[in-house]
Amino acid sequence: MEIKKGKATKRKKGILKRISGPVVTAVNMDAHMYDVVKVGDEELMGEVIKIDGDDTIIQVYEDTSGIKPGEPVENTGLSLAVELGPGLLTSIYDGIQRPLETLVEKMGDFIERGVTAPCLNREKKWEFKPMVKKGDTVHPGTIIGEVQETNIVHRIMVPPNTPGGEIREIKSGMFTVEETVCVLKDATEITMMQRWPVRLPRPVTAKLNPDIPLITGQRILDGLFPIAKGGTAAIPGPFGSGKTVTQQALAKWSDAEIVIYIGCGERGNEMTEVLTEFPELEDPKTGKPLMERTVLIANTSNMPVAAREASVYTGITIAEYFRDMGYDVSLLADSTSRWAEAMREISSRLEEMPGEEGYPAYLAARLSEFYERAGRVETLNGTNGSVTVIGAVSPPGGDFSEPVTQNTLRIVKVFWALDSKLSQRRHFPAINWLNSYSLYIDVLSTWYDEHVSTEWNEIRTWAMEILQKEDELLEIVQLVGSDALPEEEQVTIEVARMIREIFLQQNAFDPVDTYCSMTKQYDMLKAIRGFADLAYAAQKAGVPPSQIMTVKSKNELPQIKFIKDYEPELDRIMKDLDEEFNRLRTV
Amino acid sequence: MKEYRTISKIAGPLIFVEKTEPVGYSELVNIVLSDGTIKRGQVLDTSDEIVVVQVFETTTGIGKDSGVRFAGETIKMPVSKNMLGRILSGSGKPKDGGPEIVPEKRLDIIGAAINPYARALPEDFIQTGISTIDGTNTIVRGQKLPIFSGSGLPHNQIALQIARQSKVPGSTEEFAVVFAAMGITKEEENVFMQDFERTGALERAVVFLNLADDPAVERIITPRLALTTAEYLAFELDMHVLVILTDMTNYCEALRQIGAAREEVPGRRGYPGYMYTDLACIYERAGIIKGKKGSVTQISILTMPGDDITHPIPDLSGYITEGQIVVNRELHRKGIYPPINVLPSLSRLMNLGIGEGHTREDHKKVSDQLYAAYAEGNDLRGLVAIVGKDALSERDRMFLEFADLFEDRFVRQGADEDRSIEGTLDLSWDLLAHLPEEQLVRIDRDLIHKYHPNHRRKAEE
Ligand SMILES: Nc1ncnc2c1ncn2[C@@H]1O[C@H](COP(=O)(O)OP(=O)(O)OP(=O)(O)O)[C@@H](O)[C@H]1O
Ligand SMILES: [Mg+2]
Repeated sequence: MEIKKGKATKRKKGILKRISGPVVTAVNMDAHMYDVVKVGDEELMGEVIKIDGDDTIIQVYEDTSGIKPGEPVENTGLSLAVELGPGLLTSIYDGIQRPLETLVEKMGDFIERGVTAPCLNREKKWEFKPMVKKGDTVHPGTIIGEVQETNIVHRIMVPPNTPGGEIREIKSGMFTVEETVCVLKDATEITMMQRWPVRLPRPVTAKLNPDIPLITGQRILDGLFPIAKGGTAAIPGPFGSGKTVTQQALAKWSDAEIVIYIGCGERGNEMTEVLTEFPELEDPKTGKPLMERTVLIANTSNMPVAAREASVYTGITIAEYFRDMGYDVSLLADSTSRWAEAMREISSRLEEMPGEEGYPAYLAARLSEFYERAGRVETLNGTNGSVTVIGAVSPPGGDFSEPVTQNTLRIVKVFWALDSKLSQRRHFPAINWLNSYSLYIDVLSTWYDEHVSTEWNEIRTWAMEILQKEDELLEIVQLVGSDALPEEEQVTIEVARMIREIFLQQNAFDPVDTYCSMTKQYDMLKAIRGFADLAYAAQKAGVPPSQIMTVKSKNELPQIKFIKDYEPELDRIMKDLDEEFNRLRTV
Repeated sequence: MKEYRTISKIAGPLIFVEKTEPVGYSELVNIVLSDGTIKRGQVLDTSDEIVVVQVFETTTGIGKDSGVRFAGETIKMPVSKNMLGRILSGSGKPKDGGPEIVPEKRLDIIGAAINPYARALPEDFIQTGISTIDGTNTIVRGQKLPIFSGSGLPHNQIALQIARQSKVPGSTEEFAVVFAAMGITKEEENVFMQDFERTGALERAVVFLNLADDPAVERIITPRLALTTAEYLAFELDMHVLVILTDMTNYCEALRQIGAAREEVPGRRGYPGYMYTDLACIYERAGIIKGKKGSVTQISILTMPGDDITHPIPDLSGYITEGQIVVNRELHRKGIYPPINVLPSLSRLMNLGIGEGHTREDHKKVSDQLYAAYAEGNDLRGLVAIVGKDALSERDRMFLEFADLFEDRFVRQGADEDRSIEGTLDLSWDLLAHLPEEQLVRIDRDLIHKYHPNHRRKAEE
C-alpha cells in the first residue's frame, strides 16, 4: 500500500523492544492509534493497535522472523488506506491491497516479505472523458468524468474529503492515475486515484430502504429466502457444507454490477479457481466475462494473520467506492470466522482480557460496524448505489451457538443455515429450509408482484407450508412408517419431496442448472403446484396414493432443470400429467 | 558465535534466557549441555529483557549451566536429490546409518505461502484403485486430503494401498513419496517400512521418523522438514510428490503442550487459539505452480479422539484441507475393508478431475446418485429398527436393500485389489440397476440411455 508523502507530519522514530509473532512492541515512539508504521530494517508494514505508557504495540502485516529488538520503527503518520481508481477491476490483491500479480513478477511464486508494489498501476494510461466543464461547481462525491475500465464505466469522483469548488481546468484524454485531470479554483488538483482509510466508512447522503431483491439465480435463495440489494446475510455451516460454493455462485450469478470477493483466511486453490473460471464465464445479463466486474482479495489461511484482519476492511472500502459511483455492489466474505480468529489471535498476543471463547470483548462491535457498512444509499452525488454484504461463518464443530455465529445473527437480516445432514446426502445447496430465514420477504413482495407474477408471493408461501407440514409428518412416519399416514398426507409427502428434489436442489456444477432465472423458478414452482392440485383432486376422487405415485410424467419434471430452453418440454410434461391423471380418475 | 549461560527458567519444552544481545524472532538456537550434546530450539518471543526458546528435544539434561547459542538465522534444512531412499529422524538427522545429507541447497523450513496468482488449478485425476475414493471422492494431483480415522482402524493399510496403487492414467511418471511419521508406534513403523521395502517404494521415498518414544516437541518440525523436502523435489526437481503425514493428532498434542507451557489462554478444549493458522501453514503446502512440472499431493492421517469428528483436530483440519476420507468403526466391525464411510467423506477438487476428458462423462451424476441412494437407504435402517421392515413402502425397501448392496460390493474390496475407474463406474451402474429407473432422478436421461445396463443390453440385442 503506497502511502502519500508530504501530507503527513513526520513523527519520531521508535525502537523495537519485543517481537512475539505478528505483534511487536516499540518504545520511544510518537504514535497515534492506527498509524501505519514501517517495522525493522526491512521496513515491514504494520499498524499501531495499542498504546500503553511508553510502549507502542504494533501488528505487522508480514512475517516477523529474524526481526530483532533494537531495530528501528518509523511512523508514516498515515492510516491504513486503499488506493481507489481505474485498475481495480479484474485485480487480485492480498489483505493490504498488494497486487498479487505484480508480486509474482517481483518475487516469484512464493510470497516473500518486504516487497511492495503500487496497488494501482502507475504507468497505464486511461482515457478520461470529462463530465463537467470549466466554471462548474463540484462538491465532494461529484462525478467529474468517466473511464471505460472494462465493460464497466469507472466514474471519477471528487474525493469525499475534498471540499470541492469551482473548476478552473478540466482535461480530456489519456492519463495515468497520478496525473491531474481537474484543477479547482483553490488550486486543488484532482487525479483519477483517491485514497481512503479502510477503517472509516465512506460518507453517503442518506440510507434508503432495501426494497429491490438481489437476484442470485439460486432457487432456494431467490425463492424462499431472498436478500435485498444493500442487505446483509450470513451463511454459517460446518466444513464442507457449501459456504464457498454458495459464495462463488453468488459472485458469478447475482445481478450486482460489481463483485468484491474476499478470501479471508481460506484456501489458496479456491482463489485460483475463481481466477481461472471467472474470465471464462459470462454475466447472464451483459454477456461479458464475469471477471470484468470483479475485484478479488486473497489473504489465504497461511498468509499473515494481521493482513487477514485487514482484508475485510480493504474489501468493504473498495465496495463502498464503487457504490459511490451509483453501482450495486455485492461483497462476499469467506470466511468472517477467520477474520474473527485473526482478531482473537492478535488480542491474545496483546494479553487483553478474553471474552467468550477467547474472542476479544469488542468482537460484537467489530462485526456490527462491518455489516453496518452495507446498505442501499443515496450517494453524495445523488445517484443510488448499494453494497450487499454476504458473510460465510465457519463455526467450530458446526455448532451455531458459538460467539461468531451468534453475534452475526444478531446483526444480519438473512440467515442461510447450511446443514451437514443435507450435504452428506449431496442435497445441494445444503441450506436447511426449516432453520433459514429472510427478514426482507415483506419489503420485497411488491417487487415480485410487479416483476415476476402477482401469484409469486402466494405460491412461495404455499411451498413453505408444504415443507413445514412435511417436517411434522416425517416425525410421525418415524414412529409408525409411511403407510400408516392418512392418504391426503401421503400425497403431501410426495409433493414436498418434489419441492425438495426439483426446486430446492440445484447443481452448481451443471452448466444450465447453475443459474436459474426468476421466470424459470416461477415456472418450476408452478409446475409442482400443478401436480399437487391434480394429485389432491385425484386422491379426493378416490384414487389411492400408491396409484398417484406411479404417474410417469412426474418423474420427468426434474429434467427441466438441465434444459436451457425448457418451455416446450415443460408444456409437454404438464399436458401428459393432465392426461395421466384423467386416465387414473376414469379407471 | 557467542554462547550465553544466562538461562533463568526452564518450563516444559521452553527455556528462558536473559541478558542477551538482540536476538531475532524465530531464530535457530543451539543449546550446549555440559557433556557436549547439542539440542536444537527456536525463538518464540524475543525482547531486550528475555528470550523464550522452544526446544525441539527433551529438556532432560538442560540446566542453568547449559550454554545457549543463537544461530543468527531461522531454521534451514539441507536438501538434495540424494535424499531419495533415505531414512531420517524427526529432526532430519540420518537414521539409516548412511552419511549426512550433502546439501545442494539449504531451505527455510517455514515455507512461504504460494502466491494464489502463481498457483495452477489441480485437475489430473489420480486413480487409487479404491472405489470409494475414485468413484465418489476422487482425488487429483496437487490436492490435500486427510484420512479421518479412529484408533485401531486400518487407516495405515488404506494409506499404503493409496501409496502403492496411485497413478495418473496416461502418465508414466511415478510418484515420489515423502513420508513423515509423528509419534507413531514401532509396530506401525514396521508396517510402513516393510511395505515400502517390499514394493521397492523406498527407492523413491524420503522417510522422516519421529516415533512414540521420541520427543514430542520434535513433532513440531517434522512435517515442516518433510514439506520443505517435498517442495524441493516438486518445484525444483520437477517430481510429482505424494506426502504422507501421520499422525496429525500427535502433532496437535505437541502444539497444545507448548501452548500450555507458555501459559497461553487456551482455545477450544485446551488447544491453542492459533491452531487453525498453524495447521494451515502445513496443509496449504500442497498444490501445483504455473509453469512448473512437479506437484505436491498431501495425504495426512489423523485419529479422531473418541471418533468425534467435531473434535478440534479433525474440525480445524477439515476446514483447511480439500475434503476428507472418513474411516468408520461400524463398517470395520461389519468386516468391510476399506471401511470408508462415503457419506461424511468429501473431495472438494473432485469436480476438477472428473468427467469427459478426465474420467468419464457419467462420473459426476453417477456419484451423486450413489450418494443420494445410499444416504436414503442408510436412514431407513434407523426406521426399520423402530417400525420393522413390514411398515416400509415398496420404494423404501428397495433403497434399504441398495444400502447393503452398496457396502458389500462397492465399498468392500481387497487390500491389493486395484480397480480401474471404468470398473468402478460400471460396478456403480450395476448396483444402481437394482433401483427402478425412474428413481434415478440425479442422472440425465441421455446418460441413463447410454450407460444403464437395461439400455445397454437392449442396444446389444
Ligand atoms: N450447490 C452445490 N452444488 C453441487 N455441489 C456442491 C454445492 N455446494 C457444495 N457442493 C459440494 O460440497 C463441497 C464443499 O463445499 P464448500 O467448499 O463450499 O464447503 P465450505 O462450507 O466452504 O467448507 P469450508 O468451511 O471447509 O471451506 C464442494 O466441493 C462440492 O462438492
Ligand atoms: Mg469454504
